[in-house]
Amino acid sequence: MAKILTSMVLGVALIATSACTKKRPETVLPPTDQPQGGDYGNGNGDADTSPMNEKFKREVTSDTVHFAFDQYDIDPEARRILDSQANWLMAHPNTRVTIEGHCDERGTREYNLALGDRRSNAAKNYLAARGVSPNRITTISYGKERPIALGSDDQSWAANRRAVTIVIN
Amino acid sequence: MMGRFLTIATAAVLVASTGSALAQTPAPTPTPTQTPGGDDQIIDLEGGQESALPIIIPVMPTNAATATAAGQTDALGRQLAEIIDADLRNTGLFKTVGPTAARPIGYAEVTSPNYESWGAYASQALVQGYIRANGNGTLTVGCYVYDVSARRELIREGFVVSPGDWRRAGHKCADAVYSRLTGEGPYFDSQVVYISETGPKNRRLKRLAIMDQDGANHRFLTNGQSIVLTPRFSPDQRQIVYMSYENRRPAIYIYDMATRRQRLVASNVNLNFAPRFSPDGRSVLFSMSVAGNIDLYKVGSGGGGTPLRLTNAPGIDTGGSFSPDGTKIAFESDRSGTQQLYVMDADGSNPKRISFGGGRYATPNWSPRGDLIAFTRTGGGAFRIGVMNPAGGGEKLLTSSWGDEGPSWSPNGRVLLFFRAAQGSGRPDLWSVDLTGTNARKIPTPLDGSDPSWGPIRP
Repeated sequence: MAKILTSMVLGVALIATSACTKKRPETVLPPTDQPQGGDYGNGNGDADTSPMNEKFKREVTSDTVHFAFDQYDIDPEARRILDSQANWLMAHPNTRVTIEGHCDERGTREYNLALGDRRSNAAKNYLAARGVSPNRITTISYGKERPIALGSDDQSWAANRRAVTIVIN
Repeated sequence: MMGRFLTIATAAVLVASTGSALAQTPAPTPTPTQTPGGDDQIIDLEGGQESALPIIIPVMPTNAATATAAGQTDALGRQLAEIIDADLRNTGLFKTVGPTAARPIGYAEVTSPNYESWGAYASQALVQGYIRANGNGTLTVGCYVYDVSARRELIREGFVVSPGDWRRAGHKCADAVYSRLTGEGPYFDSQVVYISETGPKNRRLKRLAIMDQDGANHRFLTNGQSIVLTPRFSPDQRQIVYMSYENRRPAIYIYDMATRRQRLVASNVNLNFAPRFSPDGRSVLFSMSVAGNIDLYKVGSGGGGTPLRLTNAPGIDTGGSFSPDGTKIAFESDRSGTQQLYVMDADGSNPKRISFGGGRYATPNWSPRGDLIAFTRTGGGAFRIGVMNPAGGGEKLLTSSWGDEGPSWSPNGRVLLFFRAAQGSGRPDLWSVDLTGTNARKIPTPLDGSDPSWGPIRP
């Protein structure tokens, strides 16, 4: 992964210089004072893959609940899934989770960041109401930045409107 | 179609504002030309290509071909003319004959135009200039605009530039031509900050990038390790505020162009996003999620301050945009049930809904002229860029496409940058469109692009 990134950076620096006259190629600068961890946060579950999360995904009904367009309501199907997650989390009291909220591409960027946040919080609130301590749950919104389905059709959009629960320890 | 010609009372010498990079220098006195009256020369800004003004821009000669840190002066003279040609042509208001097609001119001819010889080009305006190496590393660029039919000089300007800024002399000259002939404010000597994108749709690599408005001097400011979104310039262009997912804590940072360091602006415990500078640069307007509600907040741009809450309604309030005088804020809110546009006082009082059309309205962006608010309107399967006045009337849609989003104004409030995503691949590119809804064109970038933010005119 790092090798690909490096060659991409070099390739891009060459593109940048070819457009200018006599300019020293501008190097890409990482933010300072920040750890160099791979921070893609791709929201598809594999960024934080831990053995516990693999166990979680196997044993619950699903790690993902879905939402209607522009909505963040927990519908009956989502309740069923979150009940299963809550039961698992109560049975494994030392685990912590992150819930990621996602949107489809048919909304504007900033609004979707907000909607993703509402979705992840809706799932969190439901789990808390089922007895999971909120201290064990963090949330993050990815808006429309990390779709799981790649098409531009109703089916893809429905798959992307989701909240994903990930066990992080 | 010939336009009317303007009677010139005096040959005005425009005084460009002086800054650290560009110093005004008096241009050499041209041979005076008699112009017995004349007609108005007006560019029809609503008329599109049919009434485009024919204009010639020959290569800018040099007194002596000299090697400089920016290149050979004779080569620079051609490139300067190309910069001016492209800037003017891309407005859609000029029909240009550029340095490749126009006959070469001699150095002395710059200030003593041969009007008869340009008749064959059926042109109305002529831009002649020169470039000179000053011996101390700097360059001087002279810029003269002539009315060919009236045989009269319209403006002259001169610039002393460091080699790193030589392109700006071309843009300043093009701005002088454009302003003089259209009556509009300048916009060519400006920069754009945006998000450069590449990679698969479910794992886009996003980097903060900056470039001149014509695509030159492009460089990346972050390395793609974290998702970065929605950058905005500070009014003095020394800082860029943006949102980053560093350490999986989406928060707002300010990047300092001089030190190339970034700092956190507000606490990253809660989701912070949609940052903008206030017109005086002292505050950052943004959205924050607290206890499940998302509101607009304001915090000192120096960092470490306590955010002041501006909106207090259930629902999502985001997309804030200050009026240019800093007294009002436009924003989007779904408090009525769907995303709509609102305007409130800058202290958060008196919010009023202004959008009542048949769609959802988002991403308001207040024009630097104060007269219009640009927005993205969604619905019916389309994302469209539009404008309305700050009271909500006069709605006009400027584009119609599957995925146009996020308008940003040119410094003179006449052109909008936005990004256009392709259906399926979702890959976005930067585009611009004129306020009249014409002249939509793609802006070339090294990779894909989104979230453009157009900076002010550089001093």
